[in-house]
Amino acid sequence: MIDIRRIFTHVEFIVHEFGPPPAKALLRGAIGIVMTNPYAGRYEPDILPMMDALGAVGVDMAERLRAAMDIPVEAIQGYGKGAIVGANGELEHGALWHVPGGYAMRELLGWKGDRNAYVKGSTTQAVAPSGTSSSQTANALSIVPSTKKVGAPGTTLDVPMTHINASYVRSHFDAIEVRVPGAPLADEIVFILAMSTGARIHARVGGLAANAISKWDGLR
Amino acid sequence: MKAQIRKIIVQVDEVHIEMGKAIVPPTCRALAMAVIHNPLAGSYTENLDVLIAIGEELGGLLGDKCVKALGIAPGDAQSYGKAAIVGEAGEIEHAAAILHPKLGAPLRVAVEKGAALVPSSKKCGTLGTAIDVPLGHKDAAFVRSHFDAMEARVSDAPRANEIVVAVVVTASGRPLARVGGLQAHEAKGIDGLR
Repeated sequence: MIDIRRIFTHVEFIVHEFGPPPAKALLRGAIGIVMTNPYAGRYEPDILPMMDALGAVGVDMAERLRAAMDIPVEAIQGYGKGAIVGANGELEHGALWHVPGGYAMRELLGWKGDRNAYVKGSTTQAVAPSGTSSSQTANALSIVPSTKKVGAPGTTLDVPMTHINASYVRSHFDAIEVRVPGAPLADEIVFILAMSTGARIHARVGGLAANAISKWDGLR
Repeated sequence: MKAQIRKIIVQVDEVHIEMGKAIVPPTCRALAMAVIHNPLAGSYTENLDVLIAIGEELGGLLGDKCVKALGIAPGDAQSYGKAAIVGEAGEIEHAAAILHPKLGAPLRVAVEKGAALVPSSKKCGTLGTAIDVPLGHKDAAFVRSHFDAMEARVSDAPRANEIVVAVVVTASGRPLARVGGLQAHEAKGIDGLR
């Protein structure tokens, strides 16, 4: 079921964007794996076996992306995910990525939640030891923002990114354009993960700051 | 003057399966791009030395990035290519100044040897313009299995006063090369051609 044809990594160092260069360059990266769509060309009612099979693929991709970015796990502050389904597939095939794509980065970043509950959709948050806590209990608390489309080879996908621990951190709302030249072919899907090491260059539109996260509920 | 670099992008493209056939080991190509300020944008300048120096700087920088991204020893690089996209306030000759006089020598250091011409392409363009970087075997231009191209594109560059400079280095030829011609293992790599 898992037939990986290509692995495409993209890493960008953003040194400045108008204005004075920041003390540290922003690093953003994305990985796209191009795989055969086992459900291409027909309507398949039960596509969930593919979701299970993608679990290990996602974990491997997350680690490959971290390695390509050449950074420690602790440096990752933002994330996102996406999928581009080739013309002989349906959008719902891309939706298979929601669980394994999100889980993959949580696993890498040290999420402490219950995987089974996550797969069932009964929780998207880390489990705090008891009640609500004012201190950080784990990483990757935020829902992993995502987008997907059906497209031709070379289609671009703007993958949304947010802070890994609090979705409302305004400085980390971002998007990275991902495009694999020549993919997806009609019978393929490109599954994508994206990560970044910080805020937008010169972020200055106010809102919740990363150092002001207080609820540790994945939102604020 | 050193290049004023806004961003550097590195991409790696591995092909594990092509037309249903497993590729073992996978073909692997790396692309490194620098988005730089064009110091000569906006008016005609007779002397292009400033861009020639930038080309020399970027040849080593981008070549090293590619080799590192491939995870290979420099001597294991097999093919290469280069290209530039000049923003609207520049001229095509600016790309030529970066690419042709001095970019090649430090790139050849990065890949060890490099007897062959570095294939190149150039164009004027805008944000998101794509350019196909032509590739050829680094020591023998006639090696047919290594004629290839890799698409380079930066979604937010070049702005009018910028230039995108791209270098590609590979660790392989095409995935299922089978159109004959000079084979890599037959190449002498002395005259850069065969």
